[in-house]
Amino acid sequence: MSLKSDLGQVRGLGSAKEGTAHWWAQRVTAVALVPLSLWFVWSATTLVGFDQAGFKEWVNHAANLMLMILFVGSLFYHMQLGLQVVIEDYVHGEKTKVMSLVLNLFVAVFFGVSSIIALLKVAFGG
Amino acid sequence: MNMGDRPLSPHLQVYRWQITMVLSIIHRATGVALAVGALVLAYWINAAAYGPEAFNNAQAILDHWFGRLLLFGWTLALYYHLCNGIRHLFWDAGKGFEMSQVRMSGWLVLAATLVLTLLSWLGGYGLLG
Repeated sequence: MSLKSDLGQVRGLGSAKEGTAHWWAQRVTAVALVPLSLWFVWSATTLVGFDQAGFKEWVNHAANLMLMILFVGSLFYHMQLGLQVVIEDYVHGEKTKVMSLVLNLFVAVFFGVSSIIALLKVAFGG
Repeated sequence: MNMGDRPLSPHLQVYRWQITMVLSIIHRATGVALAVGALVLAYWINAAAYGPEAFNNAQAILDHWFGRLLLFGWTLALYYHLCNGIRHLFWDAGKGFEMSQVRMSGWLVLAATLVLTLLSWLGGYGLLG
């Protein structure tokens, strides 16, 4: 006999161990990134040769700041989801795999959050 | 898990190369390359927050011929991943699965990638003078 319910005993035994949440999030961030990355590449070509003051002025436009934050957020989210699948496919051995997945998540969140804070600092910092 | 001597599924080298598999491999490869590009983007943004000198350094590194080469590669990778990603979204919607359509959309993705990359770089150089 076990204290675990019948449902609890079979949960998580499937090969995927998850539902459609990952797949859906990857698609939604992909759709968001279509206009955002087109906008970013176009903007980047106009920022060639800018100094920091020029960049600051550009980020000071509310639309640019907002689109940059949305772009960076969707980009690092999408990156984390994509690299997760690559790790799950190629990294064998449960311990290495789980550690790689956690590292992937930490790296994505670290660079995503630091970029957004940096953008806010450029826009609003003295 | 004990895999023992169980047979493995045949690997890539036993298949005849076809555009469908090549494009699929490139999609993942460009995704990984773009992840590296995302880290460089984070460096560039953070340099701007750090100060004028750090940002000038970042701009100078990216403007070096090797930096430009990397940026060109990332532009190519981004447009490819974007166009092929749209192709995937059509498949997700259940459209374009006929073999003739799959091959046609594949070539279309390659053509669009080249055209968009060249347009962006010609535009960039046009603005730069």
